[in-house]
Amino acid sequence: MSNIDSYRRNFLTGIGAVSTMAVAVTLAPGVFLREVKAKPADQPVSSKVRWGMLVDVNKLKDGGDACIEACKKEHGWGDEEHSNDQQDAQWIRKVTVKEKLTGHEFSLPVMCQHCDIAPCVDVCPTGASMKRADGIVQVNKHVCIGCRYCMMACPYKARSFIHETLTDQKPGTPRGKGTVESCNMCVNRVDAGMNPACVDAAPEAMLFGDLNDPESKISKVLKEFGGTQIRADLGLNTGVRYQGI
Amino acid sequence: MATKAIFSEVKNNGFGYWGILGIFGVLVLGGVWAFMHMEHGHFSTGMNNQIVWGMPHVFAIFLIVAASGAANIATIGTVFGKKIYQPLGRLSAFLGASLLIGGLLVLLLDLGSIGHVIEMAKGHLNFKSIFAWNMILYSGFLGIIVVYLWTMMDRTKLAKMLYKPVGIANMIWRFLLTMGTGSIFGFLVSRQYYDAAIMAPLFIVASYVFGTAIYTLVLMSSFKFTGRELGDAVLNRLRYTLAIFLSLTLFLEFVRHLANLYATEHHGVEGFILASGDNISNLFWFGQIIMGSLIPMFLIWCRFLKNNRLALAVAAILAVLGGLAQIYVILIGGQAYPLILFPNAEVTSSFSEGVINPYTATSAEILLGVGGFGLAIAMVIVAVKVFKVLPTTLADSATDPHHTKKI
Repeated sequence: MSNIDSYRRNFLTGIGAVSTMAVAVTLAPGVFLREVKAKPADQPVSSKVRWGMLVDVNKLKDGGDACIEACKKEHGWGDEEHSNDQQDAQWIRKVTVKEKLTGHEFSLPVMCQHCDIAPCVDVCPTGASMKRADGIVQVNKHVCIGCRYCMMACPYKARSFIHETLTDQKPGTPRGKGTVESCNMCVNRVDAGMNPACVDAAPEAMLFGDLNDPESKISKVLKEFGGTQIRADLGLNTGVRYQGI
Repeated sequence: MATKAIFSEVKNNGFGYWGILGIFGVLVLGGVWAFMHMEHGHFSTGMNNQIVWGMPHVFAIFLIVAASGAANIATIGTVFGKKIYQPLGRLSAFLGASLLIGGLLVLLLDLGSIGHVIEMAKGHLNFKSIFAWNMILYSGFLGIIVVYLWTMMDRTKLAKMLYKPVGIANMIWRFLLTMGTGSIFGFLVSRQYYDAAIMAPLFIVASYVFGTAIYTLVLMSSFKFTGRELGDAVLNRLRYTLAIFLSLTLFLEFVRHLANLYATEHHGVEGFILASGDNISNLFWFGQIIMGSLIPMFLIWCRFLKNNRLALAVAAILAVLGGLAQIYVILIGGQAYPLILFPNAEVTSSFSEGVINPYTATSAEILLGVGGFGLAIAMVIVAVKVFKVLPTTLADSATDPHHTKKI
């Protein structure tokens, strides 16, 4: 590398860092209010934490489009070459709801709800569909046999089966033909102390944090204003809650 | 052996035997081709992220359920001491094991990652999953059948002593197995059409229909092709067993739908299955109820068709087709109806929210399922040649204790 290249790189990196900090502090201060800390790689996940998400549908101007795009970009799903629309992976989707009686209409992003008592975990014969101690539900691709029983069991249609061979997967998101996958709450980012990609894409409407910590922002907001679970009647105690539905 | 019947291998070495074996062998080859085709990825099938279980599962579940019913014929002879059924026991056990192997193979070959199954042998088993229990129930069934066959076929004192206890164990195990298969659906809390404890007993009685029908067809054709005498006494037992379980299945289906109709939350899915005019509701009424249940019951109970073998054979074939229709309606119909996330609302999305999900099975899916059936029957055809499975005669004079009195 020549000296001029080295100079350019250092200069741009410096500008980038300063700009990022300035933008973050002025435009998205909420990001820094979060108590999420990176988990040291050599330490096990703790059940003292239960990660959760709160979506305020009234503040979500695009109904979740930005979240979906951010998720696709982060995990690289949805553009499988041979699969048709119904076979493509769909980790998160925008659902529009219109109440028949009142005509009230709203849109919301629906993804894995990270249930406390997850039907997908219960039915999986191999234990590939698993819940981490910190409440994140995901699939261990090494053990998944591709039976799709978890997809039958999921009340939210949150899971996708990979119908074809994949190439160029994202390094943080192992994916593969013949296995089932779903939103993993960006476990790769959360372990590194970051928000899930969808939360960062809609910071005005989404909160991420520790539901077990009464001092976390998400817990305080939920305590004060409440949050609704989709299909609360099933008693699954979901980790994703909504306001305005 | 608990009966005095004499058994012999099939001696026929001519074109007939190999031709019939060849026909079922071709079905197996079709299944192998389908597997190779689907192994490139399930994108080539009609299954997708809405209809996640398709035609291979219809066949697999049908065969697994039928296996238990086919083995029931042996149970009646052993556990309930009905002597007329005892010569039927060996074929019953062989057929039960073969159907189970055929069904399991279809299920296995449809998996997305077959190679990962080995992980289960390494201890990756989740005992909260009915699937994991079923793995044990299915392999245990095969193990018990092997011992059961030994007690039937060996002449040692030990084998004779164990004949009845093993028969009882086999019966109890089959009960659990069929309940376990029905519970695959019973435990799906979120699907409107499943999530009912009645699925377990429904599958038990349905298993007797499927198994008795297949057994009757296999017995009739094997005796015809080998020139053995088959009397009305045996056939009438099978005939009425089939009819009684057809009516019991109808009764449980009636109760299931009635119970669903009582709950407002299930009105939508019941309307779809019973009255939508869709393929699924047509298959339910014309396939399962009329063709698969009422017509066979008529063919069996109509007094003008008494002892009519053609009527019995047609009834058994219709019961098999009706059984496939029943599983199809439960499996595909239950998935075609959308999940309800927001009751009393119109829901739309780019991912088939709020709409009936269409499904068309590809030829590969059908061939894989038919291949499993072909394998099951091919195994029986080989078994009757290698082992002493078939009685030399099932003439009324040999099987019916009241035969002479009737004359």
